[in-house]
Amino acid sequence: MSAVPPTLADMVRTAREAGDINRFIGAIPYARFLGISASAEGGVLTARLASSDKIIGNPALPAIHGGVVGAFLETTAILQLLWTLDSIRIPKTITITIDYLRTAGPHETFARAEVTKLGSRVANVRAYAWQADVAKPVSGANANFLITPAHEEPNG
Amino acid sequence: MTTTKRPTIAEELIRQYVGIIPHVAELGMETMHAARGMAIMKLPYQERLVGNPETGVIHGGAVTTLIDTVCGLAVITAPDEPSRVATLDLRIDYLRPATPLRDLYARAEVYKLTRHVAFLRAEAYEDDPRDLVAAATGTFMFVRRNAARKGLSKP
Repeated sequence: MSAVPPTLADMVRTAREAGDINRFIGAIPYARFLGISASAEGGVLTARLASSDKIIGNPALPAIHGGVVGAFLETTAILQLLWTLDSIRIPKTITITIDYLRTAGPHETFARAEVTKLGSRVANVRAYAWQADVAKPVSGANANFLITPAHEEPNG
Repeated sequence: MTTTKRPTIAEELIRQYVGIIPHVAELGMETMHAARGMAIMKLPYQERLVGNPETGVIHGGAVTTLIDTVCGLAVITAPDEPSRVATLDLRIDYLRPATPLRDLYARAEVYKLTRHVAFLRAEAYEDDPRDLVAAATGTFMFVRRNAARKGLSKP
């Protein structure tokens, strides 16, 4: 008899109950591939992008690929939403605007996101990423997500 | 009889583009077309790019990476051989989820080039270029290769 694999919704529930978002992150192949993890302090997550050769975009500087930095910010925003909302559905990105502020060197990168507006259907989130100095962000993003109200979920 | 023409620096850069960017080489992206401010690239479907393991749909971040990369390639093929390209900003509209197991393509076009800034539009799709997965606009800063050579890179 084979066990039914846990659904993403199960992973969200488990992560919330354990207070460890990494239980959810571990279920996302792309987050594992990039080397993303996160820790929670109160209601605020700090995401971490491990430094690795495979995420480099410009070897001459060197710098992390802009697409990876954007993906990291989008992921951080989604994780913060999952940490904030009651819903177990994964928010869907509608639009994201990424500003590249400084070169992201080949170092550990961190990110935080703030839910600026939580509507019944749409959430607006701002995220920023930094390396050595939190006061000198390397990149920022503003994104809108489609969310599912908890009362509309099957088995909600 | 054919005459062999030495490739320009830009032609050489376009040929090597995929290989010199470690993350792009890692993902196995391919250049399908690159000329005069327009480029098309392919991102092969792969399990490790999946954002939702229940559906097999790739993560939006992988789409962002493809679009950023193809925009950079379009900029360096623009007139006057821009070099030292850096993304200033990128806005991506996700129009529908990418189809699992399908390779993704993105096309970028420079629609305006000023002294230091390139303005681009880009689109991502699978088989049908009219059935878009994502639409994007981007602005890129660059230094013109000719200006850099003459020491005219300052504003």
